[in-house]
Amino acid sequence: MTLLEVENIKSGYGPITALFGVSLSLSKGKTLALIGANGAGKTTLLRTLTGLNKVSDGSVTYEGQDISSLSSHQIASLGITMVPEGRRLFPSLTVEENILMGRCSGRNGPWELDKVYELFPILKERRNHLGTMLSGGQQQMVAVGRALMSNPQVLLCDELSLGLAPIIVQDIYKTLQVVSDAGVSLIIVEQDIQQAIANCDEFMCMRDGLIVLQGTKETANRAEIAHAYFGTDK
Amino acid sequence: MTGLIDMLVQGLLLGGFFALSGLGLSLSFGIMRIVNIAHGDFLVVAAYLGVVITGLFGINPIVAIALIMPLMFVLGWGLQKTILNRAVDGGELSPLLITFGLSIVLHNALQEIFSADFRSLDAGPVEVASLAIGDIRIGWFALSILIVAVLVYALVSWLMRKTTFGRIVRATVDDPEVSGLMGVDTKKVYCLGMGISMAIIGISGALYGIKSSFSPLTGGDQLLFAFEAVIIGGMGSIWGTLLGGLTLGIAQVIGFSIHSGWGAFAGHLVFFLFLFLKPSGLLSKGDSHV
Repeated sequence: MTLLEVENIKSGYGPITALFGVSLSLSKGKTLALIGANGAGKTTLLRTLTGLNKVSDGSVTYEGQDISSLSSHQIASLGITMVPEGRRLFPSLTVEENILMGRCSGRNGPWELDKVYELFPILKERRNHLGTMLSGGQQQMVAVGRALMSNPQVLLCDELSLGLAPIIVQDIYKTLQVVSDAGVSLIIVEQDIQQAIANCDEFMCMRDGLIVLQGTKETANRAEIAHAYFGTDK
Repeated sequence: MTGLIDMLVQGLLLGGFFALSGLGLSLSFGIMRIVNIAHGDFLVVAAYLGVVITGLFGINPIVAIALIMPLMFVLGWGLQKTILNRAVDGGELSPLLITFGLSIVLHNALQEIFSADFRSLDAGPVEVASLAIGDIRIGWFALSILIVAVLVYALVSWLMRKTTFGRIVRATVDDPEVSGLMGVDTKKVYCLGMGISMAIIGISGALYGIKSSFSPLTGGDQLLFAFEAVIIGGMGSIWGTLLGGLTLGIAQVIGFSIHSGWGAFAGHLVFFLFLFLKPSGLLSKGDSHV
């Protein structure tokens, strides 16, 4: 069952276009990996899906409803949320206050504070610390927990591994597997291609604001991906 | 020695009003990043609302505050929703220019409606009642303003630190974009913020109308004093604005004691000293503005 359908969208920043007609579809409980070099348009695509950037052409349909013109808080209340690049915790809020911000979507569901603490026990110990005083990995846990608290059906993760030790990245991705097993659909943006492919059902490679290659985990071909990623000859 | 203590006490009493007045300005900047140039004029609007309400219902202006506050809240909400929210994403200059324009509109509208004559609100004997502690006389009304100021600060501080609304406001101030991703309607938060700011202006405006005579053009001085209280206290700190207001009050009273015309000048002097020596103010909180 298709949950999210993106048809030929164009988007960007003011007069600058960064996406030149991107289409994708995401089914319930599936994980889609978006890979590509810096400036390929991955983050712009996630920002557009969450309403932070406006769709200038094309459409985004979620559960049969056109959400192209909705603002980010309206989209969050429908069940799409994002773990932004660089975590972006609220600096004046404690760990617990940061996590509780996910409740502002007004969505009820399985993800409550206790369940987030069950997933990340260290956060319970640090709940009264300012979020920004934690290590990078713990901050990422807060960012993921905060997003889960909104009980999303679609979770967008932008560069989760950025600046984190490999062992922490492994832990974070194990957590995402738990989230995926719970039926949440994921779109993960990664520059670490191996990490992305290993954790997805389908993948798409972006370059210059376009999807240049797509496939499944099983059909992923190293040479094809390298060609699509860098725009070089096979 | 008694003279020094008297100056300090009178300064604190005067500073209580500056602190209360500065809080509205501090909140509008802290939450919405709006430097409200029309702050003093809205203070005067609240005083004129006192004139209208006391005239209509024949009630004491202190009682009228109960009506002025919600009216000013609605005015703030409406202003933010219809005008300022359109400019809030465009940086700090656009709202500054808009509120400057509003200031001019308010000057002219108030003159058209109420004329340029000076007025004041009569609260009765409480205005002149005082108590004596040794050789020091403390005006009941000035003391009441100081107590109200501290109570309002405590209430706002509790609201921001201990409630869900306060958490949402602080998050919105920190990062409006991510707040939106979490489901926060940031424009609605701004409307509430401006409503609360204007409700506080409503209290201070009515008290201003009782303690001083006012006309449509006296808002400029009030903006300046409120601005000085915010800067001295440190932009970003609620309790800093309280300290800033009290500091300004003490400075003005010391100025008055040296020469009757030096009160406001001494306040400006302290303000400039802070700008040169400690521009971050007494209790600056960096990027955290509430």
